[in-house]
Amino acid sequence: MSEPHLAPAIDVRGVQRVYQAKPKDVVALAGVDLRVEPGELFGLLGPNGAGKTTLIKILTTLLLPTAGTASVFGFDVAADAKRIRRIMNMVAGGEQSGYGILTVREQLWMFSQFYGLGRREGWRRVDELIEAVGLAEQRVQRVSELSTGQRQKMNLARGLLNDPWILFLDEPTLGLDVSAARTVRELVVEWRAAVPGRTVLLTTHYMAEADELCDRLAIVDRGRILAEGTPVELKRRVQRESVFRLELDRLAGGAAALAALPGVVRAATMSDGAGEVGRERQSVVVNLVLDDDAALGGVVGALGGLGARIVALQKSEPSLEDVFVELVGRGFDDEAVHHGERPGPPPATLAEMTHDTEEAEPLGSEVTR
Amino acid sequence: MSALARPAAGTPQADAAWDRRRVFLANLRSVGGRAYPRVHGLFREPSWVLFEILLPFLTTSAFVFVYRALQAPPEYVGFVVLGGAMTAFWLNVIWMMAAQLYWEKDQGNLELYFASPVDMMSVLFGMAVGGLIMSSTRAAVVLAVGAVVYGVTFTVDQWGLLLLVFFLTLAALYGLGMMLSSLFVLWGREAWHLTQLLQEPVYFVSGLNFPVGRLGFLGALAVALIPLAVGLDAMRQLAFAGALGPTGTPPPEIEALILVGMAVTFTWMARVMLRILERLAREKGRLSARWR
Repeated sequence: MSEPHLAPAIDVRGVQRVYQAKPKDVVALAGVDLRVEPGELFGLLGPNGAGKTTLIKILTTLLLPTAGTASVFGFDVAADAKRIRRIMNMVAGGEQSGYGILTVREQLWMFSQFYGLGRREGWRRVDELIEAVGLAEQRVQRVSELSTGQRQKMNLARGLLNDPWILFLDEPTLGLDVSAARTVRELVVEWRAAVPGRTVLLTTHYMAEADELCDRLAIVDRGRILAEGTPVELKRRVQRESVFRLELDRLAGGAAALAALPGVVRAATMSDGAGEVGRERQSVVVNLVLDDDAALGGVVGALGGLGARIVALQKSEPSLEDVFVELVGRGFDDEAVHHGERPGPPPATLAEMTHDTEEAEPLGSEVTR
Repeated sequence: MSALARPAAGTPQADAAWDRRRVFLANLRSVGGRAYPRVHGLFREPSWVLFEILLPFLTTSAFVFVYRALQAPPEYVGFVVLGGAMTAFWLNVIWMMAAQLYWEKDQGNLELYFASPVDMMSVLFGMAVGGLIMSSTRAAVVLAVGAVVYGVTFTVDQWGLLLLVFFLTLAALYGLGMMLSSLFVLWGREAWHLTQLLQEPVYFVSGLNFPVGRLGFLGALAVALIPLAVGLDAMRQLAFAGALGPTGTPPPEIEALILVGMAVTFTWMARVMLRILERLAREKGRLSARWR
């Protein structure tokens, strides 16, 4: 065991996991190294079958690594499973645990007993958590009658019953509508922030969710960690050019005039104001790709000469999806189709959360220098 | 203070260090926790009166009428009523103990139980206690109604031994159920078939509706191996003292000892099986991989 006060929340070294299967073995993890510090909200981002859930099963002591070592707060997953189980909990998306015949309150109380809470203490804790997750109106409703979102809130409350130091969340917003997914995310963030040292390991294949929630994340594919860092660091890896979205009141000479300026790689008109008759202001939107941020000054200085005035200027960031495609050479959905699965519907949360402003293809002409 | 903002008790390392008392209490509480849905769930669906009381009573009644038609000694009606009552426990053991962990696995509960800090044996005990209370209701009703409606007269000389044999029978039965539950998970999809495979043959060789001694060698074998057979035979000898004549089976005192041996062996085997199950679950992914 590591020195307690020095122990990372998660320490994974060279972990491999192979499932024996016919006709050939399945390699779920092919040598993973990972370190998560106490207090972090760390994300594992990857498509179905990437090995995220296998890693969570190992860290929650449900599965042993075939090779390598893994520990949670200094406790080895193989040798100290009982200790780990006392300070962790886990919640999975689409979880149907418990018994439909019980009420929400009874179900949570039942689970509280598996963590050693006293009878009265258990009921009190359950009532507190029911309030906290917003299920007060459903407290005496049967579990079998809950909606998917209500059920997942209850599952989250179950995961917090023992006040764990580390919470493993496996696709916690899977299949939830926008509102329920937002509530779950907010609860996770609030819970983690409430006590220093509380740690969350989150797996998701919703990139916008990972972007919004995680302090750091690892991109996982086919049992390997391909990249690790903060969302900003990861996105910076693929951002070799600076991209700006420029809205001008007019632009004499069109995008070609901008493309001719020093430091401009490409300029594309996304909206030239045509068809906006009747609106008070007609503007031109240009997608501008520069060598680097420093070239922007020259562009802004030259706009006066082109008879243009800036209405809005926004820097476009690459998305985590761009990072994934860059690292893996394919998107998440490509993987799902490859395995004969239907790609799931786009996550309800993606549109509302995305910070990416590059989603729109240029509508007009594109001029490359 | 919000439930989410509860102050941390100490450090993760300190919180992970439970003393023996805390471990014991947690396991004890988990027994109650797991028993809860069975005890409280029983009365939540009104259909239980039909399925748990009326239908089994009809089955018992059919045998009563057969014995009456054959002009069998009146004690045979008592044997059938007692057998009908004990059926409740056997059905509970095979359907809601032996097959239960397999269903828990499908539901996702089994992983949560394994990932909790308590011993899985406590969870199994909880299942057993809950099932026992649940089945006792049915058994008591069948026994009481049967006794009143069909005028069964019990002749008990040794109440203490009768009660002891009853509880030992339940201990052995539920020990068997706990052992089978792990086996069923290991056998996977065959659990359903195994349950069906066990149900009727055990009914037959346990002599639920006739004295098991009449089966000769097969009956003796059943008495040696099946808790329901030995328990029921001992209870019949004690509840209808002298009515059976030579039973061809050991006296109730010996059968009580057999039951003790069964209860200890099955419970110990249940623990061993659980350990094997957990080891295989962690090594081979038997609980984690969906295709397994």
